[in-house]
Amino acid sequence: MTHDEALFQFLLRMGDNTLILGHRVSEWCGHSPVLEEDIALANTALDLIGQTQFWLGLAGEVEGQGRSADDLAFHRDAWDFRNLLLVELPNGDFGQTLMRQFLFDAYQSVLLGRLISSSDERVAAIAAKASKEVAYHVERSADTVVGLGDGTEESHARMQAALDYLWPYVGEMFTGDEVDAAMADTGIAPDPASLQEDFNVLISRVMGEATLSVPNAKYSHKGGRSGVMHTEHLGHLLTSMQWLQRAYPGAAW
Amino acid sequence: MKNEWPLWEVFIRGQHGMSHRHVGSLHAPDAEMAIKNARDVYTRRNEGVSIWVVEARHISATAPGEKGPMFEPSEAKIYRHPTFYDIPDEAGQM
Repeated sequence: MTHDEALFQFLLRMGDNTLILGHRVSEWCGHSPVLEEDIALANTALDLIGQTQFWLGLAGEVEGQGRSADDLAFHRDAWDFRNLLLVELPNGDFGQTLMRQFLFDAYQSVLLGRLISSSDERVAAIAAKASKEVAYHVERSADTVVGLGDGTEESHARMQAALDYLWPYVGEMFTGDEVDAAMADTGIAPDPASLQEDFNVLISRVMGEATLSVPNAKYSHKGGRSGVMHTEHLGHLLTSMQWLQRAYPGAAW
Repeated sequence: MKNEWPLWEVFIRGQHGMSHRHVGSLHAPDAEMAIKNARDVYTRRNEGVSIWVVEARHISATAPGEKGPMFEPSEAKIYRHPTFYDIPDEAGQM
């Protein structure tokens, strides 16, 4: 794998995470339990799609085949996506959506904090811009996890169930491969395993306040970042996200 | 048990404004979430640099029915408006 091929894979992972999660979160638009949360979730979704334009835009540039961010978002099939499995999982109830959001925000805030000092200044610039948005996302999703976790009997039970369901998808964030090794060697991105300590500190603080127990299970699902095996959910998401470009290829307005 | 979140009034100081202005209201479980909701609902288009929220029940207000005694007497006191003075140019903007 050449350096640019590894960088391309890394950028796809960054961009596909924000694209797929952005799309998932946008599914709540008009359906949230209260108006204020509806607007807040739509804002988060839009931030994530905005970050996607930068990551996938740079990915297309690095690939050098003339593909734009839109081409990469709408003209690839499931096996070409490099997002974490966590972000493609269905929304579930509002609590599960916010738990997934917090787990991702916590990971993303630690990762972007490192990428700000990336040896590639294009990566550093995107990270600097995105980290301001993500600092707000993580504060908001953490507050909601605490509010619902340490809330009523029902909200607590739902949040614990959400954490139990989602936790096996967390391990994938910290499992590196040859792409990560190439990024770490050149100082472009940190070794994923090195993010785990800061992530765990944030998770234990928030889950403690939320009166939720982090599961002990060590097993983790993987295959999203590598593209080896996505869940069945990604294909369904793409049929709706990519519908227009599939039905009317190249349509623009 | 009451399930509705309390109502909060939102005040925002704009980019060039000196004082916070009332922009609307929203529901939130506590003050911190009220500020976050205000940020998400009322500053999406770069409207502000500072947010105040106050729970609506803490605002005391004049009663609409007392409008007459409260405000009408001042209508007849035009001498309270300083419109009878010529301001010398040297005084500049007042």
